[in-house]
Amino acid sequence: MDLNKKFTPETWPEHPERATLEAKNKFVGFWLFLGGETILFATLFATYMALKNKGPSGFGFSTQELYQLPLVFVMTLLLLTSSLTSVYAMHHMKNYNFKKMQLWLAITAILGLCFLGLEVYEFSHYVKEGFTFGNSAFSSAFFTLVGTHGFHVAIGLVWVTLLIFRNAKRGLNLYNATKYYTFSLYWHFIDVVWVFIFTVVYLMGVIG
Amino acid sequence: MAEIEMYKRSPIEQDLFVRRSKETMRGQVMMFSLMIFMTICSFTFVVAFQQGVEGFTKYMVIPVLFLFAAVQVALQLYYFMHMKDKGHGVPQMFMFTGAVFAFLIPLTFVTIVWW
Amino acid sequence: MSSVAQKRGFGAALWDWMTTVDHKKIGILYLIGGGFFFVVGGIEAMIIRLQLLKPNNDLVSAGLFNDLITMHGTTMIFLAAMPILFGFMNYIMPLQIGARDVAFPFINSLGFWMFFFGGLFLNISWLIGQVPDAGWTSYASLSLASTGHGIDFYAIGLQIAGGGTLMAGINFLVTIINMRAPGMTYMRMPLFTWTTFVASAMILFAFPPLTVGLFFLTFDRMFGGNFFDHTMGGNTIIWEHIFWIFGHPEVYILILPAFGIFSEIFSIFSRKRLFGYPAMVFATVLIGFLGFMVWAHHMFTVGLGPTANAIFAVATMAIAVPTGVKIFNWLLTIWGGSISMTTPMLYALGFIPSFVMGGVTGVMQGAAPLDYQLHDSYFIVAHFHYVIVGGVVLAILAGVHLYWPKMFGTMLSETLGKITFVFFFVGFHCTFLIQHWLGFWGMPRRVWTYMDGQGWNTANLISSIGALLMAIGVIVLVINIIMTTVKNVRVGNDPWGDGRTLEWAIPSPPPFYNFTQTPLVRGLDTVYIEKMEGNTTMLTPAEPVQDIHMPNGSIIPFFMTFGLFIAGFGAMFHQETSWGLPLLIFGLAWIFVSMAMRSVKDDLGFYVTKEEIQRDIDNARKGGRN
Repeated sequence: MDLNKKFTPETWPEHPERATLEAKNKFVGFWLFLGGETILFATLFATYMALKNKGPSGFGFSTQELYQLPLVFVMTLLLLTSSLTSVYAMHHMKNYNFKKMQLWLAITAILGLCFLGLEVYEFSHYVKEGFTFGNSAFSSAFFTLVGTHGFHVAIGLVWVTLLIFRNAKRGLNLYNATKYYTFSLYWHFIDVVWVFIFTVVYLMGVIG
Repeated sequence: MAEIEMYKRSPIEQDLFVRRSKETMRGQVMMFSLMIFMTICSFTFVVAFQQGVEGFTKYMVIPVLFLFAAVQVALQLYYFMHMKDKGHGVPQMFMFTGAVFAFLIPLTFVTIVWW
Repeated sequence: MSSVAQKRGFGAALWDWMTTVDHKKIGILYLIGGGFFFVVGGIEAMIIRLQLLKPNNDLVSAGLFNDLITMHGTTMIFLAAMPILFGFMNYIMPLQIGARDVAFPFINSLGFWMFFFGGLFLNISWLIGQVPDAGWTSYASLSLASTGHGIDFYAIGLQIAGGGTLMAGINFLVTIINMRAPGMTYMRMPLFTWTTFVASAMILFAFPPLTVGLFFLTFDRMFGGNFFDHTMGGNTIIWEHIFWIFGHPEVYILILPAFGIFSEIFSIFSRKRLFGYPAMVFATVLIGFLGFMVWAHHMFTVGLGPTANAIFAVATMAIAVPTGVKIFNWLLTIWGGSISMTTPMLYALGFIPSFVMGGVTGVMQGAAPLDYQLHDSYFIVAHFHYVIVGGVVLAILAGVHLYWPKMFGTMLSETLGKITFVFFFVGFHCTFLIQHWLGFWGMPRRVWTYMDGQGWNTANLISSIGALLMAIGVIVLVINIIMTTVKNVRVGNDPWGDGRTLEWAIPSPPPFYNFTQTPLVRGLDTVYIEKMEGNTTMLTPAEPVQDIHMPNGSIIPFFMTFGLFIAGFGAMFHQETSWGLPLLIFGLAWIFVSMAMRSVKDDLGFYVTKEEIQRDIDNARKGGRN
């Protein structure tokens, strides 16, 4: 494929993310990967639900006292908004507007970074209170579930940063359009998982 | 792989393309506001439950939470991730199969882990 | 190609194999790797049978016996059976659908190296002398109590190998979804391709739970986690659930490709279209789906309660229905066919009664009340060896004989092949049939020895003799392979004379771009249709001769996996040594840098020009080998 082939908004294909066979392969392959990730998170959720509030005898932590809803609410808004900004980025990608796409992706990354910062703060707060990873079955399950999600956010941040800088000078082509698109799928999927985390872990936890 | 054909849209076609794409984007923003609304509702309900507001019992709040979560996820998948568009048969099949197992696994873990 | 390869030095050839992204070469690598671990696992099995030859034997110690059974099971399932089947899938499936390569050649190579390094990691435990010893299921209460690094090798080694398997699964799925030749609709795909598809879909959904379970085990043993420790609120049953949510689909992942290979064989050597093709496809998909609904039948005696046991018992028995559909379809394919008794066909005919026996004992265990009697006895050992050896291993041996000419361009000796079959088949039944009774007579599985005077002596002796016969069969196969390779009598495109699918229409071995022109598929068994219409090339091209786009080779998969390997050792020793943690971080950084390199560097592949292809076609016409 010729990377130097220049497109205009008029010649840019309607579905640039699956315009070539390689692109179609990546597109389908990434969706399948997300299908597998669904099961991965399902298993983590299942374990968390089974081990919730379980600890050694005299265990002092419970979901009702531990979780702070205001913080979780801010984190949720950050991540949801970053989902919308990546939708904007893909809107501009489909319209062959490279600069605006990069801008919206950068905003997405910044929102993601804020989310991650708050999560790190939350975790360190728990650890300070004595709710460490090895403290109980509950803490192991909690940190593994929410931490795996946080790890996914971190991977996504590295991914989008690499994409933004690698392609900054050469603009959009049919080779990197798929990369941008699969990143946006990944980012939405992270949001999907977060919807279940704030529902199952935090809100249900507060209810008890 | 053969090079893809470059097709140049006529000004009218391009105009239509841009207009459609803007409409789609408007729809996306609508969906986003719906999602934010549901999120705020979920959190409010839980806070109402905490404060002991009358009517917000466990049996009312929990099903609503799950309903909102399911709708939010469906909106993410179908609108933000374009699963409603053409050419998404394979993603749909695998995501739905995944969803079935993803429902089954937590179900067994809260029922038959032998406590 | 091949003549060029012979003239190059050893180093260049090694580099070529290490960097290859060609699905055929990776297929062969899988076969070599899987074959190596098959021999390792076989040696372990022989020592187990020697130990059980007579009562109160002390050939190996009790601890070493635990090491042996654990490593035998783990090696055979993860490092022998699955990789060898992956070898066939890699080599044959793209040819069957008329593709030039798989969807993700780079990931294909990465998957292989992860399997290989994972297997290596697991087996290095023998050198250190701290070997996994909690059984291949590694139940948490047992594995948390195990001292030394044995279980750590299990957890990390399988994590690496399992990651490779997941990648291979996604790769096969996308290949089948996107890269079928024109005219190859889903309902025209050969059955081996169909079973590859369903098995890969099962891998996609079954391996993530294994990944999670192994992480939990790793955290519990090495990083202070408390998932399974009941004194810290953990729950050991969770491991059992997670393991079997993965483990039960896993056995269908193994058996479905085996069914696929046998379906091809029955159809080729009965010279008939496969009977009830749509029913076969439907049964395959149904087995795949139901395979996820039955895992708790491994846990009937845990005490999940009568309701759960009843649900899972019914679901388990339901699987017998689609499997029965398959058996009858194979029988009806043979019926009235013009049968040629080749070695693959012998294996296929031997497979039907063997597998039915294994299936029937499976239904017996599916009945929860009876399972309480059979649980943890030799009956179980007999059952799963009947389905895995009687199904999967027979399919692997049949596949080796069937596809050897396609892969290496020379035919394995039929005489020696039949001798292998007789030794292996007789040895197999001799080893495992009697074990059903051993189970009834009360011999528990996983015991390192037994007392005299319990009436088990003769049965164990018979069983051990059978194992010896199987070993002789495998040795004859090795001799066969060596002799064939030395003689090197070249064969044509369709060495069996009755090939029905696309792989038999191209040279043996195929050129690296597989098809000079992408074929047009005109129906089920498309090559058979072309033959019947007198088309000597056996293919209808769907495109003119044109430039072919092929992927570049890369060493990055090898390096990436090496990083994982290093990180694995770091994780394992980080608690007791000072260099463990730096090594872990170094390994992870290594992986990250390789991934970033892959991601930042554009890899657009290269083109094989029209002229080169035309030259190959002309050479082939002249009868010369390209």
